[in-house]
Amino acid sequence: MRIAGKGLLDRSKPVAFRFDGVRYEGLEGDTLASALLANGVRLMGRSFKYHRPRGVLSAGSEEPNALVTIGRGADRIPNTRATVQEIFSGLDAVSQNRWPSLAVDLLGLNDLAAPFLGAGFYYKTFMWPAAFWEKLYEPAIRRAAGLGALSGQADGDVYDRAYAFCDLLVIGAGPAGLMAALVAGRAGADVILADEDARMGGRLLSETGAVGEEAGVSWAGEVLAELESLPNVRLMRRTTVVGPYDQGTFGALERLGHHLPHRGGGPLECFWRIVARRSILAAGALERPIAFRDNDRPGIMTAGAVRSYLNRWGVSPGRAVTVFGNNDDAHRTARDLVDAGVHVAGLIDSRHDAPQSDLFPVYRGAQVCGSAGRRGLENITIRSIAGEDRLQTDCLAVSGGWNPSLHLTCHMNTRPHWREDIAAFVPAPGAVPGLSAAGACNGTFSTAGCLREGAAAARAALEDLGRTAPPVVVPEAEDDPYRITPLWAVAGRGRAWLDFQNDVTVKDVKQAAAENFRSVEHMKRYTTQGMATDQGKSSNVAALAVLADVTGRSIPETGATGFRPPYSPVAIAALGAGGSGKGFAPERQTTSHAASLDRGAPMIEAGLWYRPSFFPAPGEKTWRQSCDREVRMVREAVGICDVSTLGKIDIQGPDAARLLDFVYTNGFGSLQVGRVRYGLMLREDGYVMDDGTTARLADQQYLMTTTTAAAGDVMRHLEFVTQGLHPDWDVRLISVTEQWAQFAVAGPWARALLNGLLDAPLADGDWPFMACGEVSVMGVAGRLFRISFSGEHAYELAVPARYGEALFRELVARAEGLGGGPYGMEALNVLRIEKGLITHAEIDGRTTAFDLGLGRMLSSKKDFIGKTLAQRPGLLAADRQRLVGLKPVGAVKLITAGAHLFAAEAEPLRANDQGWVSSTAFSPTLGHQIALGFLSRGPERLGEVVKMVDHLRGVETLCEVVAPVFFDPEGGRARG
Amino acid sequence: MRISCPLCGPRDRREFYYRGAAVALQRPAADAGEDAWQAYVFLRDNPAGVTRDLWYHAQGCGAWLVVTRDTASHEILATELAAEVAS
Amino acid sequence: MAELTAKSPCAGRLPLTIGAATVTEETLGPMTSIAPYRGRQADLAAALAAAHGLGWPQPNRSLTGAGVRLIWFGRDQALLTGAVADPALEDMAALADQSDAWAAVRLQGEAAEAVLARLVPVDLRRAVFAPGATLRSQLGHMPASLTRLDDHGFLILVYRSMAGTLLHDLKTAMEAAAARG
Repeated sequence: MRIAGKGLLDRSKPVAFRFDGVRYEGLEGDTLASALLANGVRLMGRSFKYHRPRGVLSAGSEEPNALVTIGRGADRIPNTRATVQEIFSGLDAVSQNRWPSLAVDLLGLNDLAAPFLGAGFYYKTFMWPAAFWEKLYEPAIRRAAGLGALSGQADGDVYDRAYAFCDLLVIGAGPAGLMAALVAGRAGADVILADEDARMGGRLLSETGAVGEEAGVSWAGEVLAELESLPNVRLMRRTTVVGPYDQGTFGALERLGHHLPHRGGGPLECFWRIVARRSILAAGALERPIAFRDNDRPGIMTAGAVRSYLNRWGVSPGRAVTVFGNNDDAHRTARDLVDAGVHVAGLIDSRHDAPQSDLFPVYRGAQVCGSAGRRGLENITIRSIAGEDRLQTDCLAVSGGWNPSLHLTCHMNTRPHWREDIAAFVPAPGAVPGLSAAGACNGTFSTAGCLREGAAAARAALEDLGRTAPPVVVPEAEDDPYRITPLWAVAGRGRAWLDFQNDVTVKDVKQAAAENFRSVEHMKRYTTQGMATDQGKSSNVAALAVLADVTGRSIPETGATGFRPPYSPVAIAALGAGGSGKGFAPERQTTSHAASLDRGAPMIEAGLWYRPSFFPAPGEKTWRQSCDREVRMVREAVGICDVSTLGKIDIQGPDAARLLDFVYTNGFGSLQVGRVRYGLMLREDGYVMDDGTTARLADQQYLMTTTTAAAGDVMRHLEFVTQGLHPDWDVRLISVTEQWAQFAVAGPWARALLNGLLDAPLADGDWPFMACGEVSVMGVAGRLFRISFSGEHAYELAVPARYGEALFRELVARAEGLGGGPYGMEALNVLRIEKGLITHAEIDGRTTAFDLGLGRMLSSKKDFIGKTLAQRPGLLAADRQRLVGLKPVGAVKLITAGAHLFAAEAEPLRANDQGWVSSTAFSPTLGHQIALGFLSRGPERLGEVVKMVDHLRGVETLCEVVAPVFFDPEGGRARG
Repeated sequence: MRISCPLCGPRDRREFYYRGAAVALQRPAADAGEDAWQAYVFLRDNPAGVTRDLWYHAQGCGAWLVVTRDTASHEILATELAAEVAS
Repeated sequence: MAELTAKSPCAGRLPLTIGAATVTEETLGPMTSIAPYRGRQADLAAALAAAHGLGWPQPNRSLTGAGVRLIWFGRDQALLTGAVADPALEDMAALADQSDAWAAVRLQGEAAEAVLARLVPVDLRRAVFAPGATLRSQLGHMPASLTRLDDHGFLILVYRSMAGTLLHDLKTAMEAAAARG
């Protein structure tokens, strides 16, 4: 019911929206909750476990009950708090966790079964048989109990993310936060003021008291106008600071699109990572309910929420309102209602010394012990010395006192302190380095106190920042003492709710204690109290107090539950903003990328690089046809392959050779200028790290090549050696991977092709196998390396990357003229397996030089990384699984990578495992399948037949063990 | 978490690669014996308190750093260039 | 005889303007990484001054001269752009040609800082990152070099192979910044 003359909303701006398909009208600035209350709608949801009808409890983000789904279709957003959701024209909200409708919920039968469904029910009941839990019990329980559901479709919304840096982050824009921001802003500090609400002002928007000479809300408006005008202050509305992290980092969720009818492609949310040198928590306080029988009926809400609805949104949640409290603040609600002309049927104060009033009846020393009403509150039962009495009311405003919003101070594992005088926890000082708490979140509840503390906190922060605080006068304001006598739960039969969102009652907590779950952490997990999406914001302290009571301990003795980030729920999509699709990882493209795509080559990811898999020729229908042709092409004519993705590290300086000798197992001191050598690198634990070739370009300059996959690792490794182990060495490293486009030219016609292209033909004898040097390619200075990863007579030709695409096209055209063409990763792999050359399929971090048959590359003449531990007996044991070649000899002519090897007659069981297959290919050169693998005592077993079993793919065959080099074992083709 | 790189200034943890205890800087001589090598490569303390470890400023200047920090409070007590610690 | 055609890393994909930010490809000319040998930094600074009119940059600073720029590029390393490095420098430093290794773009406009705030996890406020300041960090997931050229202009370098991702990430961030109006 909207009250004339009340509230901060413009009555001339109506907004139409839908709830459960029914059209309603609210006002601009309404939340869904305030607009529904204005329309007399009290029932907004069903509870999680018992499907009890529920209405709003609060007017803020702590709301446990009124969770709705916004929108329909793929982008629908479940579990949105109606108290946070702003209405807009066309808003379509739907209630949750009910079937078939909110008013008639058949799952409400759960409520009748409540005697059986108390704390621990699931743990005790669904124990046996164990297998039933996953298949039967859990799915059934999940269907009946729960929250809203996602659409199951891809989220089409846009999420943004950003970093921000400031001198001072102020969290919360109530009186304390505004005052802090004003003082720091006037001092010239870079300030970020963040507030979760759409409108800044905090409690000032919900109270009628004055600040200085004017209404609190006007004062807030003036301060905000000044802050807006300061270039060093950034105001972040609808922004929840969800957690503090180390070294002054904060996560914050900004809601950008939830209140807009049309987002126009703009982001829905932005996740901020804010780094602040100092921070002030001014997050206010949350009011707590009092537990009594059936205290969850729609129409029962916190007293502060009633004031918010009345003073900010101009709505009275009832026609005959009652108030139940244990503190003076509750009286303010009754006074404001009477001022607004709303009938207050009575104020029930549990304190015998509660203040009296002539505006409404005050029941001193009385308690509300029950409620009644169908789908909403109709009357309450009051118990006092005089006995029980019934009062007609459609809204009960409850105040059990206020809990400081200290959540962020617990996020780094510090527990709060108990303050007896306000019966509440307050932040532990220093809980978050650089952060101080001010105002209500620090246990200071008067408006004047908040203003003073906000100013003081800002001055202290400015001093830390080395800035001078300007003279700022703190205005006068309400400075009433906060008088409270704790009352957590009203004694009596029936169910009294503590945790509304997870349906936990006083009885559940008592039962937990009776079953010896006396630690607050155990009680919490046993009852699930505080474990819902609201993290028990409105129930933790009361549940703790009940536990303390039944276990005969004080509250500080019983403990304090902590809080974890995020303060309020954050969608994974927001946390991962920017990281989906192409934002997931960079795509590295070679200079020949477009040319390869032009030829229809499918791309395969190699680390971050995209490399062509194969180049389909007309008429080819399968990748194998293309691959086989490309292999034959290289073996019989000439093939072109982009090998730019291999890591290239330029190593220069007087100690360059020393470094190479230290990181490679084999010697490099003797390598001549103009020559290339294959090198093997170990980790310090003796296992192989990487391999590659290194060329000596000049007396003190080498060019190291790494595998594509390990380029970054090797660079980091070399940097570690030169910085951390031998900073005395004079050697410099620079990655030149990106500078050069490099192409393999492989096959019998490789030299002929190059001679047609290079400005000076390759002289006979000048370019033996493993030679390197500078060449001129159509007028461009390039580098040529005579190395081979295919076993053929081959070269790698490098030019500055700007010429890469042109050179690739030129090379391919010339190769085609010689009966060759481009080849992709599939053919490259077949070619190297035919030659028994290893890649990271073999160097998988578990294999040694000994395993790979490269034991002779471990120099005995020098120290090198990994040398000592590579000599461990276990790494040289004869029965280790060592590299062999395999070819199928059974009925099935297929060998699969990842398959395991067994003796021919052995059962294929783990106990009998003798090795595994690392790489396989069909060799068009040999006409059958070939493979590389690791077999126990492998090199001693050449000629033996072993069994290969692939349990995953269901393949089994017999293989003959052969030497790993299948083709041209003497290497004559590469050298010739 | 933020680490102050002696060259680049305070940076987000995401720019750094973590390696482990700064013990890795004290590589034993080749003939130091099994125990010394075992300790160097495999044995690590796991203190609830002050620890020194190696971080590589992979997305920044490329410097290896020795970071002294408290595993309990998460306070970072010092950052030094590994090249200066090692020499 | 035919010639090999040169292609720049962002050829055909720029300029791009969204909202109050524009990306253009920068042509920096020759680029050489310079890494001084042990104890030769002072000699190198003198040689750089003689050859190119620039000293050795402090960390996170760039120096500009006539058509040339020397950008601090990491630990004991700088990138000389705009001129071929004097061969005399080879005595004092390891030189490596990087002219083709980096994609270079300029991000200009009122929204430039807001765009970069979405991509770079470093404080780029004008007061702490003034014109001439440079840094090595990441842009999205990419290693990057970032230099502030003026109040609203930044020079961005990423690996050449990542040029496509750079433009994708910039475009996404420019759209997000523009959506705020």
